[in-house]
Amino acid sequence: MRDTFSRVLYEVAKAIPKVFIVVADISPAASMAPFRADFPDRFVNVGVSEQSMISLCSGLAMRGCRPFAYTIAPFTIYRPFEHIRVELCYQKLPVVLVGVGAGLTYSTLGGTHNACEDVAVMSSLPNMSVIAPCDPIEMEAAVWACMANDGPTYLRLGKAGEPILTTNAPDSFAFGKVRCIKNGSDLCILGYGPILSLAKEAAGRYEAEHGGAVAIYSVHTLKPLDTVGIGKVLSRFKRVVVLEEHSAIHTLGGQVKQVAWDARSNSSIATLSLKDEFIPLYGSKDDLLRAHGITVDTLLARMNLGPENIR
Amino acid sequence: MNAIPSRFDVTDSLARCRRMRRRILDLARNLTALHIGGAFSCMEMVDTIYHGLMRRSPDGLFQDSFILSKGHGAMAQYAVLEALGILKPEDLDTYCTLGGRLGTHPDRGLPGIEASTGSLGHGLGMGGGMALHDKVFNEDRTTYVVMSDGELQEGSVWEIFLQAPALGLNRLVAFVDYNNLQSLGFTSDTHPNFYPIKEKVAAFGWEVVEADGHDQAAIFDAVSSRTGRAPFFLVGKTIKGKGVSYMENQGMWHYRSPNDAEYQQAIRELTEQD
Repeated sequence: MRDTFSRVLYEVAKAIPKVFIVVADISPAASMAPFRADFPDRFVNVGVSEQSMISLCSGLAMRGCRPFAYTIAPFTIYRPFEHIRVELCYQKLPVVLVGVGAGLTYSTLGGTHNACEDVAVMSSLPNMSVIAPCDPIEMEAAVWACMANDGPTYLRLGKAGEPILTTNAPDSFAFGKVRCIKNGSDLCILGYGPILSLAKEAAGRYEAEHGGAVAIYSVHTLKPLDTVGIGKVLSRFKRVVVLEEHSAIHTLGGQVKQVAWDARSNSSIATLSLKDEFIPLYGSKDDLLRAHGITVDTLLARMNLGPENIR
Repeated sequence: MNAIPSRFDVTDSLARCRRMRRRILDLARNLTALHIGGAFSCMEMVDTIYHGLMRRSPDGLFQDSFILSKGHGAMAQYAVLEALGILKPEDLDTYCTLGGRLGTHPDRGLPGIEASTGSLGHGLGMGGGMALHDKVFNEDRTTYVVMSDGELQEGSVWEIFLQAPALGLNRLVAFVDYNNLQSLGFTSDTHPNFYPIKEKVAAFGWEVVEADGHDQAAIFDAVSSRTGRAPFFLVGKTIKGKGVSYMENQGMWHYRSPNDAEYQQAIRELTEQD
């Protein structure tokens, strides 16, 4: 995903001379060598100083530029949080905050390098948009959507090697709209980010065991949330499972239930998200997800639950 | 480095600063509190920047940029913008009231206000980003930033002290309103190792000059004679509450309004200087 980002950003910068990238000394930025070589003035490495990363982006945006701030997710948004709130949100500046390796991506680096509350934190800020694409193809569309946004955007990315999930997606990407990436009629999984590969795996197993078809929707835009689109999903499917590589606090699962309540929906809704804990475990990402209770089996268990067991 | 306007009438500025101080005191009568002390201490620096250093095109727009990073000194900026005709008298008359548009801290988008400040430690970095744009696109513009000495305790300021010379932001010109007095006491008591400021910032690669921050000619000369080979930093030694005897160097005047007797005395003192 990050290599695709570097390629896409290069194309964006080639087309739009006011695009800058400001990075804070992380090795993934090495994939931006072509950008750096061809647009040296518009590639800035501030070193390990995330507050200045945001402030320089702010000043550039105040002059009409389109800057991207780029580092590992917790350092993109938590360290310089008040700069984001005051400079980007209060002044409504079109800066894209790229959070690489969000969620549990960096599974061996510990809690310092994970970002499992980032969507909730960023979504709480006025004027901020939040996009979490599920695969490199969707990310490419998301980058262009960020460019069309007139305020700040948090772009939540994975790392590398994410499988392609959207090749045959029935819907195309549209900012602010839920996107069907797999048709189905029996039940629906809503989610965002690379964790949707788990949804695809669980859907395959469910269909093999039960027949029928499981729909999967990428809710890539977490803010503004497509409450109308979610309402339509709830009216179409009697069973909905929300899957998130994110803490359950103040994010998609709760918001889907809120939409359901407002619409007086009768659908059953199950959620599967990370625990509200820092889990001290160093292993693969799957190991860490398992410690948080997220596996294909636990997802299937949610999918198999009858309505009487869920509400 | 592009030429700074050669004409700057210090006598006019002295009279204007006294008028602006009286204007602020007039406004203070209707309010329970406002930041008089910090506005008075940066008055000469802000006036010199706008009237002496910043270039204005024939259509009245400023070619150069200004950020009041010490946003609590907003009354100084508002008064200068009013004197320039950029803000209207009714803007200041309705300061901090329902239906008015000027608050305690400057908000981007209002006439003459380029950045929203109030939280300290933001202005220098935003000014740096603006200067970076101007450098990359070869635009003839200088960005001026005024900070407080309390603000220099924010780590973000030092990130940009480190960054700006490395990026060659030689048209970034920063000022510190060095009045040694912040909300909870003298800066030199809280942070005795804060000094000397000049050598610290110079060590990061800035061109640094110390000057009397109430001496318009000294401020103007220091900035206009800078080499332009590095970002520039002026340490302006100032007195908080400058111009009114009982306010000078008194922490209580960081944020309060005078009563009637205090008001009368302050106006008298400022008028006697005319």
